[in-house]
Amino acid sequence: MITLENVTVEFDQRRVLDDISLSLCERRIGIVGANGSGKSTFVRLLNGLQVASSGIVRVDDFDAAKDGRKLRRHVGFVFQNPDNQIVYPVVEEDIAFGLKALKLPKDEIDRRIDEVLARYDLSDFKTHSSHLLSGGQKQLLAISGVLVMAPRYIIFDEPTTLLDLRNRNRVERAIAELDQTVITVSHDLDLIAGYDRVLVFENGRIACDDVPAIAIARYREMMA
Amino acid sequence: MIAGLYIDGNSALHRAAAGLKVLALVLLGTGVFLIPDWPVLAVVLVTVFVLYPVSGFGPRILWAQIRPILWLLVLFFAVQLWLNDWQAGLVVVFRLAAIVSFAGLVTLTTKTSDMLAALERAMTPLARFGVNPEKVSLAFSMVLRFIPVIAQIGHEIRDAQRARGLDKSVLALVVPLIIRTLKTADDVADAIDARSFDPD
Repeated sequence: MITLENVTVEFDQRRVLDDISLSLCERRIGIVGANGSGKSTFVRLLNGLQVASSGIVRVDDFDAAKDGRKLRRHVGFVFQNPDNQIVYPVVEEDIAFGLKALKLPKDEIDRRIDEVLARYDLSDFKTHSSHLLSGGQKQLLAISGVLVMAPRYIIFDEPTTLLDLRNRNRVERAIAELDQTVITVSHDLDLIAGYDRVLVFENGRIACDDVPAIAIARYREMMA
Repeated sequence: MIAGLYIDGNSALHRAAAGLKVLALVLLGTGVFLIPDWPVLAVVLVTVFVLYPVSGFGPRILWAQIRPILWLLVLFFAVQLWLNDWQAGLVVVFRLAAIVSFAGLVTLTTKTSDMLAALERAMTPLARFGVNPEKVSLAFSMVLRFIPVIAQIGHEIRDAQRARGLDKSVLALVVPLIIRTLKTADDVADAIDARSFDPD
């Protein structure tokens, strides 16, 4: 379970998140809001990429302020632009990047790589240059790199923004099939329409926290 | 393109340890400068060329290694012909061609990760002087990884500026390129943190 108690984040005396308190225990949680509303800062708190200026962020047994490194293994993060997330030039090497940090034996690393590549039909691209993959394949590679670490939660920060419709649908299916708890920030309202809960951010606060039908309708009103 | 030259295979060179191949490259690179005779250098060059089919690569791949430096080979030969004689020209050309084609072969048969692991091992003794081999290795891999990304950013900016009629302005290319590269560097640093990189 994720809990936030009176969490505030400030950058240069500007309040980006303002006194947020909530608990999240649903399997699929969507987050929407205008640009600059604080939604990306909110999710960055959840895997320790951002530290709160005040308040407490807890994910299961981890305190985000104290257990940053452990928390990042517990909470995976898929960024909007996979080009910024893929750090090795060859597909299999990139997936192995996080696994090496876990000091796993080579056989186990190879097994996990083969398994995740087969899952996303990327086996034929195992030794290919990562920069030559299509946009959708790159996003699936980014997801693979996170998934092999076996996190309990996965955060997606606008995962379909740069994709065409076919690749968007592939990524949507990939997310839907995950066993992990998923938290998705998105402007793609169809993507989160089937989720369990949606938070609507406005000016660093949660303007609406409800089931998708109600929260998305509220968001549409706000943006009208 | 530098990144991703490795081609999967099962030849003896593919199976050889990355450190050994890099050592062989260093020895060959030094050795050819100790050989003053063009016929001996021709034998070295032909031996390197023969290693291509032995490793499962056709003439097209060999040509792809030589083609980018062909103008340099012609230039060096012409300069030596002018200053010395044709034998001296062949010595220079054969040396350079042997080094470049063998370097290409090492790259074609060695995964980046193996190369970087060898680099990490080679740098381990430097750890006592405060050098972190894992960080250096990551830096090398990212140079390889991000050359095509930054080239792509450069293309996008050039197209955008061309559309605005600024195709002759260097400033219009360089300023946004630097800004976007720095922004990309920030995002990549976040991604590395998020992927649990822990060199300590």
